[in-house]
Amino acid sequence: MFDTLSDKLQSALGDLRGRGVLDEEAVSRAMREVRLALLEADVNFGVVNDFVGHIRERAVGEEVTKSLTPGQQVVKIVHEELTRLMGSSDSRLAYASRPPTTILLAGLQGSGKTTAAGKLALLMQSEGRKPALVAADLQRPAAIDQLVQLGAQVGVPVYADERSDPVKAVHDGIARAKEEGRDVAILDTAGRLHVDEPLMEELAAVRREAKPTNVLLVLDAMTGQEAVNVAQAFQERIDFDGVLLTKLDGDARGGAALSVRAITGRPVKLASVGEKLDALEWFHPDRMASRILGMGDVLTLIERAEAAIGGEEKDELEQRMLKGEFSFDDFLSSYKMLRRMGPLQGILKMIPGMGKQLEGLDEVDEKQLARVEAIVLSMTPHERRVPHVIDGSRRKRIAAGSGTTVTEVNQLLEARKQMAKMMKAMGSGKMPTLPGVNGAAPVRRSKAKSKRKKKARR
Amino acid sequence: MARSWGELLGEAGARSEPEEQGGRFLSRLRDSLSKSRRALTGELAAIAFDPASEADWERLEEALIAGDVGVRATAELVRRLEARGDASDLETALAAEVGGLFGEPSTLDVAHQPAVVLVVGVNGTGKTTTIGKLAAKLAEHGRSVVVAAADTFRAAAEEQLEIWAQRAGADFVGSERGADPAAVAYDALQAAEARGRDVVIVDTAGRLHTQANLMEELAKVRRVLAGRLEGAPHETLLVVDATTGQNGVQQARLFGEAVGVTGVVLTKLDGSAKGGVAIPIAYELGLPVKLIGVGEQLNDLRPFDAHDYARALVQN
Repeated sequence: MFDTLSDKLQSALGDLRGRGVLDEEAVSRAMREVRLALLEADVNFGVVNDFVGHIRERAVGEEVTKSLTPGQQVVKIVHEELTRLMGSSDSRLAYASRPPTTILLAGLQGSGKTTAAGKLALLMQSEGRKPALVAADLQRPAAIDQLVQLGAQVGVPVYADERSDPVKAVHDGIARAKEEGRDVAILDTAGRLHVDEPLMEELAAVRREAKPTNVLLVLDAMTGQEAVNVAQAFQERIDFDGVLLTKLDGDARGGAALSVRAITGRPVKLASVGEKLDALEWFHPDRMASRILGMGDVLTLIERAEAAIGGEEKDELEQRMLKGEFSFDDFLSSYKMLRRMGPLQGILKMIPGMGKQLEGLDEVDEKQLARVEAIVLSMTPHERRVPHVIDGSRRKRIAAGSGTTVTEVNQLLEARKQMAKMMKAMGSGKMPTLPGVNGAAPVRRSKAKSKRKKKARR
Repeated sequence: MARSWGELLGEAGARSEPEEQGGRFLSRLRDSLSKSRRALTGELAAIAFDPASEADWERLEEALIAGDVGVRATAELVRRLEARGDASDLETALAAEVGGLFGEPSTLDVAHQPAVVLVVGVNGTGKTTTIGKLAAKLAEHGRSVVVAAADTFRAAAEEQLEIWAQRAGADFVGSERGADPAAVAYDALQAAEARGRDVVIVDTAGRLHTQANLMEELAKVRRVLAGRLEGAPHETLLVVDATTGQNGVQQARLFGEAVGVTGVVLTKLDGSAKGGVAIPIAYELGLPVKLIGVGEQLNDLRPFDAHDYARALVQN
């Protein structure tokens, strides 16, 4: 997500990063690149101009010229300004003091409201709330069916009345949520064009009836320059509090996220990052800015890991790993934990420095992972615990049992050995060097500096 | 004169639509494009465009970028305008160059027995709605149609398509949720052959073009169709939402690599979005726009007419 923007900004700023002295021309060149990258990313061109102007002003100012590392300073400024542009604090929803808390979802057709409603219900539930879904999309064929099916999948009641009108449907739905002791009511409205006057009026009427605690504009991350017009029109009619950004798991550069906040002052609060129903996340502007600049998103990674891995399970595994006792059982369980954290590709991108490394590597082959699982499952429990007993004939048997080749089995055995070695090294405090991964290190480093680093490491 | 369905379907003796009908449509398209027209003419016509003025060229570039035409296609358009020499009548010149980027008008290849149309795209672009309208239009032009619900992923996708099929008077082939989409497509093609239907339209689940496994699933649908009937699918239409920004180019590129897209359907042109991304898609990938969606009604799916589009984009 945001890969291309991140890469382009990186290459534009790469020039500046290692620089000791910053001249006007270097800044200009970088700013031109930043401008182009943002336009290609569908950031509204008015916003781009402001943004670039602002950075330039700061980049030639004192904080940079007096700094010892002006290149780094500019990167920092771009990071700060990107964060500012997307809203500077993480943006929670409001909760009503007298439940139910109501959340109204509105947006264009196809922006993903109904799916987002289902995902939001699941997110609320996972945070210990008792949500209900209210169908107020009586327009699109089978929209109610879709919501009912989603509700069933996440185990949340759906209140729907096909013959009703949206205003009445919302009124009845909220009343029922209150009766049945649900503390959150998520209202799914029909998609509409922001220029469709009667439908926008209907939406305004729904808003007046529902008096929602939160109004969210559901916006497709792939939206172009139009995002700003859409956001402004919805803001005028229903004064939304925040944005739920969908389809952020594609390769859309996400300029819409940058623009909407800048133009309407309303922050992105939630982002949908996958097809699965649990792929809705709270939006963290600062982390997102880091991701754009390729600094990785370690915080999100840690949170996901913690959610995916039970506490005890983790501690025990960690202990064994650090001692270098890394059996195939551990291999399998750590592999399963990894799978629980979501698609591997997404996870790798959160690791600082990996964004660049993944270039050209279109996809980490999930099928390959399935083969690995098959190989391990074809081993006997004893073989998994004591891998060195796996001799030639056992290898043949394992390969046959898992539908793979002996070569593949050998590769896996070798990989486990390497991993066990690496873990042991980590346990003894020596961080092993991963080939090709060097984080967000400056492109050019002065000799003196790298010497200093070496000393410090010793 | 606007391009007619008869022309799009390659019917013998088909003629462009008379101005009354085409005109109504044109004004509608113009209305829908009013926003970009304002952007262009508001900024350009207020001060007469002066080819010698650097600032005027810059304003033109910004106006095109604001219309989602994108940096590269904008640069190309500007380059062509400069090469033209005479750009003082900017509207005419720009309309001609935009039309030029789109190339010759295309047709929809449904002259097979049966002809197979595969419809693909990212989530929420309006594939199912487009198929409903296309089925109705083909029926109007004397084709019997089978629609296949190979979107076995999204909740209630099948129900939505079935409602559209009824409205269009088309046969409907469905399946269990979670079934293999390729199997559904195969069944539909078999049914069409058995019943002697003219066109099979295959609806597929929306998917982001970056999801390699889902793109592979789509490639399989294509392979299975080709295996059953040589030359199928005869058309593979990529449905692109007009509000899409530059990501649309990437969509067209990756769907093209996976399933060999033959044309683009530009939907939701009735908003204020102008679908400017169609220009880089045509320019960079050579993919024509074949149909446009301008509203919710059955009649709101229209053959794409590049010249009308260009005119609506830039004229007052």
